Amino acid sequence: MKRSTAPMVVAVMVLCALLRPHSLSAQTDIDALMMSKNEFCIGPMYSYSSWKNYWEGTRKRDNQNLGTVSTRMIAVMGNYGITKKFNVLFNVPYVKTNASAGTLEGMQGLQDLSLFLKWRPIQHMIGNGRISVLGVAGISFPLTNYTPDYLPLSIGLHSKTATGRIIVDYKLGSFFVTASATYILRDNIRIDRESYYTTEMHNTHEVSMPDAANYNFRTGFRNRRWIAEGVVNIWNTLGGFDITRNNMPFPSNRMNATTTGINIKYVVPALPQLSFVGGGNTTIAGRNMGQANTVYGSLFYILNFSHKSLHTAPSSKPN
Amino acid sequence: MKKIILYPLILLTTAAIIIIACNKEISGRTDNIPALNPDNQDLDAGTWKPVLLSSPSEVPVAAPGATTSPDYIAQINEIKSWQADLTGEEQRIVKYWSAGAVLRWNEIMRELVAKHNLPPYQNEDGTYPAPNPNNPLAYPLFPFANPPYAARAYAYVAAAQYDALVATWYYKTLYNRAAPYHVDSSLKLLVPASTLPSYPSEDAALAGAAAEMMKLLFPGDQEFIQQKAEEQKRARIIAGANVRSDIEAGEALGKAIAQKFVARARGDRAGAAAGNPAIWKQMEDACIAKGEIPWKSLETPKRPPMLPLFGKVKPFLFDSLTVIALRPGPPPSTSGEEMKAETQEVFTQTSGASREDIRIIHFWSDGAGTYTPTGHWMSIACEDFLRKDFSEVRWARNIALLAMAEMDAAIVCWDTKYHYFNPRPCQMNPNIRSLTGVPNFPSYISGHSTFSGAAAKILGHIIPERAAAYDAMAEEAARSRFLGGLHYNKSDCGVGLVVGRNVGNYAIQRAKTDGAE
Repeated sequence: MKRSTAPMVVAVMVLCALLRPHSLSAQTDIDALMMSKNEFCIGPMYSYSSWKNYWEGTRKRDNQNLGTVSTRMIAVMGNYGITKKFNVLFNVPYVKTNASAGTLEGMQGLQDLSLFLKWRPIQHMIGNGRISVLGVAGISFPLTNYTPDYLPLSIGLHSKTATGRIIVDYKLGSFFVTASATYILRDNIRIDRESYYTTEMHNTHEVSMPDAANYNFRTGFRNRRWIAEGVVNIWNTLGGFDITRNNMPFPSNRMNATTTGINIKYVVPALPQLSFVGGGNTTIAGRNMGQANTVYGSLFYILNFSHKSLHTAPSSKPN
Repeated sequence: MKKIILYPLILLTTAAIIIIACNKEISGRTDNIPALNPDNQDLDAGTWKPVLLSSPSEVPVAAPGATTSPDYIAQINEIKSWQADLTGEEQRIVKYWSAGAVLRWNEIMRELVAKHNLPPYQNEDGTYPAPNPNNPLAYPLFPFANPPYAARAYAYVAAAQYDALVATWYYKTLYNRAAPYHVDSSLKLLVPASTLPSYPSEDAALAGAAAEMMKLLFPGDQEFIQQKAEEQKRARIIAGANVRSDIEAGEALGKAIAQKFVARARGDRAGAAAGNPAIWKQMEDACIAKGEIPWKSLETPKRPPMLPLFGKVKPFLFDSLTVIALRPGPPPSTSGEEMKAETQEVFTQTSGASREDIRIIHFWSDGAGTYTPTGHWMSIACEDFLRKDFSEVRWARNIALLAMAEMDAAIVCWDTKYHYFNPRPCQMNPNIRSLTGVPNFPSYISGHSTFSGAAAKILGHIIPERAAAYDAMAEEAARSRFLGGLHYNKSDCGVGLVVGRNVGNYAIQRAKTDGAE
């Protein structure tokens, strides 16, 4: 009974959900910025992502039974400086999906909690520039029992993940280049159905999720007050299968996406604890994913828990 | 503060990596099950009532050669040479097929149905292409194994396999040829020993019947199907359970019997079930003439209704007049208060679905890309049959009863759907959003409910101690369609269950009189 042949692929949404922090430029798990000791940066983030066209396997199409699929997300992100070389970060998103056409109901709910440890073991001057190497280890796990098996309108993939990342940052004056490579281990998930077909039949609730790799490049201008950067992000699922013709997407599809975008961060001069971040990106290539455009904005406030300087301005400097 | 946060987090991350990295292997529920080893081989099954055969001896099988002949000894030596050097793959296929060949062919059918249960993508001009059985590998692939198509396919394969085994059992007892491991005790036996005579081979009869029948049903998947059939026959020889002449006789018997079913299928009117634009219009007009709002496709572009003449297909358990007699009375009028209230009930329900509602909806959804509701009930049945240690022939009989009930439920349901041409809740109130895809055919009565009512009835007869459980499952399956916003609760799901149970009773009637009880 055809479920509105709706294939689709929220994927980007899902992807954005999974990678959400990566596209922001405040102190996140994918940039080279660190909070200083005892500083806690926290703030809300809102993003809107939507797509009309998507890749069914490698074939690009639209779907009049979905129209435009959109994902709205509100997240709370935080970053605490254990030391200036050791930070811990978290992110908690609430996600809501919608399809503008067809009959399918959108979904909403609290998605996955992400926790990251960020460590900067190396920072050296090279000529006039400075090179930093950072390592990030993270985990994420679903906070609710939302269903992943309702793509493209499910709010996430419901997989527990473990992430390892290496980041290299080079800064010369106010100009910088950051590159990172990430490996994401993804745990099996369980769906409500007791069987499913990928390229063969599986008589089980359990779905094996392929791991994924992510590559991120960003470059631009960074000083005490401003950050303006261009970002290229490449997400590759390491395995998985293509959506068959006119089929629904499935959590273990081979979802790939390359996005390009920009980020701007502005630190308020009169109140340097406060910063605004905004940006957007667009999908330039993909597979089993929506060709999404995403915009987002957030504001962050830095609290200083240092006993000595409880009320002083944040010491966080552009690294 | 630093250590309090840092150490637990490092520990947690390490633990997560270890758990995730070590936890990838998944096995299906029937991947590692033991060999079928029934207490009772139903040696009298040659007297059971076949579905199409006029008698179990309708297709002749020549008497086997003596087990002392040089030819037979050569066949024993073939087994020995296989067994002298077994590969892992050979051991795997022996284990796989020994779990029960009716089970395995049913799983293969479910897999093919799921693969093919995809509605074609539209043409540039907004029309839809139809799959072509004479060019099955061109897009759109043939078949589109939608729920009625699938129900019919399961039924033909299962019924052909059942008749093939009734005949096989007849000849087994007639010729009473000992299995090779009884003839030559030096043979290794890789499956449980059995008192069943080995000629003709029941496995080969099942493979022959299935492969022959599936040429018609899944013409584009011949390589896959033939490979399975070859594998099954080889597995029996490797296992020491059959000699080649057992296999050859069984396969020929199975194929010949399947031919009778192929001939029936070619003439059962399913080939014309798609109708044509004039017929679709006629159905719509008939509904309007009654003063009712006619069903319309909720897809963009509008898709032609799914198999509107499937209600005319020739059933297995009763005649075509009975199909009409089983058709329920009309649904509430689309202009009346009752329909309005039922539509509102769907709206209210779908606006506040709980996670448990969604679980139920998705568990029973069996939509595009799945093995359909019939396949789901097959899966439920198979996993229960496994615990009953049925003989292979009783497996075939029980699956055939279920499959025929499901096909006939599809026929009665489709007859009803297109007789009344009743709109879906989402059509009556466009604000209703569904929690799984809306099927592209009229609402009254719910297919899932009809399938489930019929399945629960016959399964409750086969395994009486599970009857209440099957009823509860059928109720939940029916309710899932209301919860998902696809059907009205009382008229579509409630009436669908009743009609399904009525169809199921015909299967029970057959079961009581087929000689197996």
